[in-house]
Amino acid sequence: MQSSEGRARGAGDGAGNAAGNHEDHGTSSCEVRYEDPWYDTLASGRGERDGTGTPVRGVPAARGERDPVAVRARDVYLEVQRSEAFQEVRGRYRRFVVPGVAAFLVWYVAYVVAATTAPGLMSRPVVGAVNVGMLAGLGQFLSTFLLTWGYARHARLRRDRLALELRWDTQELTRGARGGAS
Amino acid sequence: MTGGNQTLALLLFSGFVAVTLAITTWVSRRRHGSVEEFYAGGRLFSPLENGLAVSGDYVSAASFLGVTGLIALYGYDGLLYVVGFFVAWLVVLFLVAELVRNCGRFTLADVVAGRMSERPVRIAAGTASVTVSVLYLVAQMVGAGSLVAVLLGRTSGTAQAWTVIAVGALMVTYVSLGGMRATTWIQIVKAVLLLSGTVALTVLVLVRFHGDLDRLLVTAAERSGHGDAFLAPGLKYGGSWTARLDFISLGLALVLGTAGLPHILSRFYTVPTARAARRSAVWSIGLIGGFYLMAIVLGFGAAAVVGPEALRRSNAAGNTAMPLLALDLGGGVGSTGGTVLFAVVAAVAFATILAVVAGITLASSVSVAHDLYASLRRRHTRARGEVAVARVAAVGIGVVAIALGLLARDLNVAFLVGLAFAVAASANLPVLVYSLFWRSLTTRGAVWSVYGGLIPALVLVLLSPVVSGSPGSLFPDIDLQYFPLQNPGVVSIPLGFLAGWLGTVTSDEAADEAGYAETEVRSLTGAGAV
Repeated sequence: MQSSEGRARGAGDGAGNAAGNHEDHGTSSCEVRYEDPWYDTLASGRGERDGTGTPVRGVPAARGERDPVAVRARDVYLEVQRSEAFQEVRGRYRRFVVPGVAAFLVWYVAYVVAATTAPGLMSRPVVGAVNVGMLAGLGQFLSTFLLTWGYARHARLRRDRLALELRWDTQELTRGARGGAS
Repeated sequence: MTGGNQTLALLLFSGFVAVTLAITTWVSRRRHGSVEEFYAGGRLFSPLENGLAVSGDYVSAASFLGVTGLIALYGYDGLLYVVGFFVAWLVVLFLVAELVRNCGRFTLADVVAGRMSERPVRIAAGTASVTVSVLYLVAQMVGAGSLVAVLLGRTSGTAQAWTVIAVGALMVTYVSLGGMRATTWIQIVKAVLLLSGTVALTVLVLVRFHGDLDRLLVTAAERSGHGDAFLAPGLKYGGSWTARLDFISLGLALVLGTAGLPHILSRFYTVPTARAARRSAVWSIGLIGGFYLMAIVLGFGAAAVVGPEALRRSNAAGNTAMPLLALDLGGGVGSTGGTVLFAVVAAVAFATILAVVAGITLASSVSVAHDLYASLRRRHTRARGEVAVARVAAVGIGVVAIALGLLARDLNVAFLVGLAFAVAASANLPVLVYSLFWRSLTTRGAVWSVYGGLIPALVLVLLSPVVSGSPGSLFPDIDLQYFPLQNPGVVSIPLGFLAGWLGTVTSDEAADEAGYAETEVRSLTGAGAV
């Protein structure tokens, strides 16, 4: 178990560095420094996870005595979850998705509520037969297209490579945990 | 309608049926019933193929017939449906598509059961999925019934019944013989037909009004008899505060329900990676958005060209606006152009219904076999056995949908779909969001969140004006109406989330930290994904 933890950390850092290098080549303006601990706590936004590290680790061992192989595979996931590289992927995902979801839900609910409670505002003419309501409806379409484009671009440029490297590392570790036990 | 109309439409439709049956036999001859193959089509579809199939699955009779009819009859209030149906895709893209592809195998329950005690969670999520699917199926069956009524020119009960039965029989054939691979190809063929038909009609509408959208809107408003009110919200959902609240409820159900629809979720398992799942979601957002923008033009076009009286005379709920518009655009009753266009639209609508129905039947039979049967029977069901169960389940679900479809045939299709969305948003979305993003969720929380959304949603529908107590209800003679809203979403969606939270904080079982770590790592990186 000890060795698998070590490898998880090493692999995580490796993935982080690789992605960092990639960032340097690609978009130099969004340079990210993984080794900086201050940045990392800010990035995860969920620093308490590190604080509760020890009790957390005890949980699977206590519950899953039935199957040592499964326990070790589960430990791999806990290790990866705590790795800097993973926290970075998760931070990037959340920093885009949380404001994005909040924005379009608020905008949509505002639209629906305005349509039902303020028909006067919505029927105010703008150009010819087109009124505020029509423009707001088309605005919903436009914002959906724009957010789709933004999400796809963000995921492609900022998440995909890092996530893929983490995927291979994690799978190798899980395989290692399984192989070691048999 | 003239005999020429019918013959040509039936001919075109038979062509579609022949092609799809050929696909089904070709597919089922080459492969033999592995679970991976039957449930997920071997996971080898490309993002574009799956994007087309997703839009084929999503753009149902509710959109093609129901929404255009609502816009034609109620103007702006119909447009509100379209916006809800479309914005919902952001929820799917942001929160569901990639993550579900990464940590599930075939169904919604796979995602949740990963970190919970498996049996109760599977039973709960499986029940909810089957319920949503059956409600959605009923809507499609009603669409098929009202379409044949206008095609045959009379509302003969027997003809409608036979259509519904024939559609049911065909869908069972596709699903039980061809599985996911055949269903996907049928969706792709249908999506291409539907999009080209819609583009053609939109072009004709625009040509009729010389490309002047403003004049289209003005003419629609004039002919509707409501004037400028036709172009502003309030015709259908204005007036009393109950009606307004009803609309807000529907809006919430539409935007949150899509991500909980089992047949949409299962589509993301047919591509090899999460990246492909994301790209297919992007494709489908483009295709669906384009379709809905055209549907708005067609809805106002039907109001302007055909006029609401003629629409109401043909079908009180407006479900036949599209074929009537096509008839008029082609040159009217008796002209060759009108006959051809009408036949094409009718055939496309049939194809739409057939394909969507097949997609939903597949998703629900997978839920029955993979979630319910596998947990209720024995712990390790053989894979072969599961596929056989799925095939039988397809037949059973077909029978249930046919029966309910015959019962509910006078309700608007888009409205029925609104109900299915409300149940999906209340029962499926809370547990999906909790299990992907909430570390402390326990088994009890997951189970409570499913039932806590599902049961209130169903009970509120039973107590609503849809079922009893008003002239338009299913049973107008009984009065069990205690809940004023037609759509339960505004109450039942928060209840689903609340029940999940309550179940989690009251359970004495500790949350499975390692299980959550596994879900989180897998969902974001794709490690261990099949």
